[in-house]
Formats: sequence, C-alpha cells, structure tokens
Amino acid sequence: MRDVAIVSYAQTPYVRSERDRNEVEMLMPIIDEVVKKSGIPRHDIGFTCSGSTDYLAGQSFSFVMAVDAVGAWPPIKESHVEMDGAWALYEAWIKIQCGEVDSALIFSFGRSSMGETAETMTLQTDPYTMAPLGPDAISMAALQARSGLDAGLYSERDMAEVAARNRRNALTNPEAQLAGEFDVEALLEAPYRVSPLRDHDCPPITDGAAAMVIATADVARNPSNKPVWIRGIDHRLDSHQLGSRDLTRSPSTELAGQKAGVGAGKIDIAELHAPFTHQEIILKNALGLDEDVRINPSGGALAANPMMSAGLARIGEASRQIAGGAAKRAVAHATSGPCLQQNLVCVLEG
Amino acid sequence: MSEEREPVTRIITPVRVEYTYTPGIASERFLRGVREGKLLGAACDSCGRVYIPSRGACPRCASPTSEFRELSDKGTVITFCVVRVPAANIDVPLPYCTANILLDGADISFTGLIQGCPFEDVRIGMRVQAVWRPESEWGFGIGNIEHFTPIDEPDVPFAKLKEYS
Repeated sequence: MRDVAIVSYAQTPYVRSERDRNEVEMLMPIIDEVVKKSGIPRHDIGFTCSGSTDYLAGQSFSFVMAVDAVGAWPPIKESHVEMDGAWALYEAWIKIQCGEVDSALIFSFGRSSMGETAETMTLQTDPYTMAPLGPDAISMAALQARSGLDAGLYSERDMAEVAARNRRNALTNPEAQLAGEFDVEALLEAPYRVSPLRDHDCPPITDGAAAMVIATADVARNPSNKPVWIRGIDHRLDSHQLGSRDLTRSPSTELAGQKAGVGAGKIDIAELHAPFTHQEIILKNALGLDEDVRINPSGGALAANPMMSAGLARIGEASRQIAGGAAKRAVAHATSGPCLQQNLVCVLEG
Repeated sequence: MSEEREPVTRIITPVRVEYTYTPGIASERFLRGVREGKLLGAACDSCGRVYIPSRGACPRCASPTSEFRELSDKGTVITFCVVRVPAANIDVPLPYCTANILLDGADISFTGLIQGCPFEDVRIGMRVQAVWRPESEWGFGIGNIEHFTPIDEPDVPFAKLKEYS
C-alpha cells in the first residue's frame, strides 16, 4: 500500500438555491483554492476525477462541461463517477495505489434546487418494479425509520436529539446551511411530514460543490501543507431491492468499516453521511462507535445536504478536524442510493 | 403452473422530471446580449482567449472569463457538413449545410447554418455574415440568427485557421 494523504480541501458555502452561478462558476474558485493550497503545480497533478449526476443538472453529459473549471489543456487524465464525490476519491486513491499517478484532484457538485430532488431520487430505483410505484426519497427513508422504531432500536425522541445536535454543531460551521439551537420537546410537537419523519428528521435541499487534492507521501510532504493520511478506505453495497433488505441495519457499512480498519484504534470524531436522523443511529451502530466519539462536528448532512458532494464533504470536514488539531483519528462515511444502500468508509489520521 | 403464458416482453413506465434551469452568470450575459442582437464574447483573465458563448471559465487556464466584448457577426468557416438525413427536433428542410464559424475576434467556433450559395461552393476559409431574424422575433436564444450567408471578402488561408480546426 502506498501512503496517501488529503493535502487540501475546500467547499462552497452551502445554500438552498444557487441561482446565479452555474456549476463551472461554483467550482472554479474552490478548485483554484485546493490546487493552490496543495502546493502542487496544477499541471503536475496526475489525475482528475469528479462525481455528479445528470439527473440534477437535467442535461446529458453535464459533467463534461464542468471540466472547464479544471483547465484541461494540455490534455489531462480525467474520469467521472455518476456518484457522490467520495467515490471519485476512491477511484483516485485506486489510481494512486496502482502506481499510475502520485496525486489527484477530486471534485463534485450539484444544484438540487433546479429540480424536485426527492422525486428525482425515485429514478435511481429499479426501473421495472420499483420506480413505477413512485416512492420518493423521503417516503423510502420513512419506511426505514419505521422499521427501526418498530424493532425498538430507537425512539422518535432519539431521532429529534440527532437533529438538534447536528444543527447545534453547525453553528460553528460557516459553510453550513441550517444551523441553530432547537428544543427537542418543541421538535417532537411538530406534525409528521411523512410518518414517522418530521421536517427536522429530513435534510435541507442544498446546492453546492466540494474539491480535494490527495497525494502520495513524497508529494504530500510539502512544507506548506499538513497532510491527513487515508489509513483505510472501502465501499460495499446492499441489494437495490428495499424489500429484500433488513432496513434496521446497514450490513454494507459494517463490512466497509471492518475492511477500512475502523476498529484498529481509538476514533475521536466521526463524520457520518446520514441525510435522515435515524440513519445516523444505524450508522453509529454499524461502525461500532463508542459513546465518546464526537459525531458530525460539521453538522453533517442534516445541516447541509449538497447532493453528490455531501459524502465527499464528510471526508473533507473530518480532514479539517485533524488538520486543525481537534482530532487525531477520524472516521468519515459517505452513502448513496435509497436507505443507505451503498456505503463508503474512510479512516483518517494526522 | 401448467398454463402456457406469453412472456412479458415490454412494459412502459413513463418518467417526467421538471427543472427550472438557470444558465449562470456568463451564459446569462451572453443570452441577454443575443436578445438585443449583440454577440458577446468573454475574454480569459489569464490568456486573453475569447470564448462565445462563455460558461464563465477558460477551459485551458481554468481562469474566469470576466471581460465581455461585443464581437462582429462576421466570421470564417472552420469546417462544415451537408446534412441529408432527418433528425428529431430539427425542422430545417433537407438538405442543409451546417458549419463551425469562427466569429471575428473569437477564439472558439460557433455553429450555424450556411445559406445563400450552392453547397458545392461552401469551403473552409470562406467568409460569412449572420442573417438575423426580424427584431420583433428576437428571444433569449441563438435562434435569433437565422443563418449565415457568404460575403464578398477574400478567403482566410488555412494556416491561419489551423488552431481552430
């Protein structure tokens, strides 16, 4: 294994609606920032990989246009995943492990506000038997929340406490969208949105982008940056058929966590990509996190849920905690698909 | 299950997704220009190359394209093709000639129809000018230009166009 570090990370302010700037205009400043902060000359970065989806942009091959924000001349080695940027990071990490390149630029972006995100997410389900039924993202998450409540694994109060803590944590994150002090009793008095989910159990709709540079030890040990080492990274998936899954657990997170080596040392903080409150509880159990692990100091996806970037943002936010000295060892998680179908776990150390 | 049944060979599952699209700062500026009959290019802050339409970034330098300038509606044919097969969503009568046109002052070509001469006369290096639709029909789209037509100016030698071909 080659030692690979995150050398720089940046994200746009996360907002409800980015109506002025297009994707390229959102990406340009943060790509410029991560490249400059990496200390690696732009043309020396070996590989570029992005994560996004045409379903958010409403146009085919929309990711090709985003490459304008990178400066692809002379020609660069470039790839794209129709997934959260966390999986673009995984592809770049593999590319470095294969010895093909020593550094990579990763970025992801999306403007959820242009469409109806919850309904658009229906289209990622099986097109023959599931999508025609039209379950939107919130209804599917509600099915999962209900299964855990019925199994006695958590209560609606536990879920409200997750919402209140994440949004309180977000008060110290200037790029978060939804932050504040919320009273759990008051939250529980609110009507259901899709039973058993209330508004506070659901993520905000967020536009935004994220960018990161990773590099091998010799390249990352530039005196101008504080490398944060990727000690383990793994991703696994569960069936795409909701009916064939035990929705109260996340077996793919359990396995990815084991393979990434979460249990090999003490975890100080965890950044978990849980768009819905009950999912944080499922993930915490799947990763076997102790009570003293600080979860989502950034506020997590309940404070800002930029589709296609929220997973990469968890890894980026965890790396910031380590680079800033607030943690020595962290776990970051990204999810994709309905009800935590696919999960990536990354262990970071200073 | 002894009963013989016809296999299911097809199902139809209609999908409709609606978007409210906003084009971005640079593209919006371009579209507002076209609405007034102006072709606005944008120059790269680093290398000075002029893009039309610009999406806001120079794809070579990854720098913003902040300076807008009005370009001529005259240009040079960079390449072309004569289309003789129908395509969905294109209601131009067949056959027609479509071309990449480098507007004067731009560093990237632009697609337009060539009319006003026999197809066999269309050639790389030929000088053309936009023929606009009547002003009353102008909207926020490049469809305000109906086509390009040849003008009486000497051809541009290929050596000068090589970079754009």
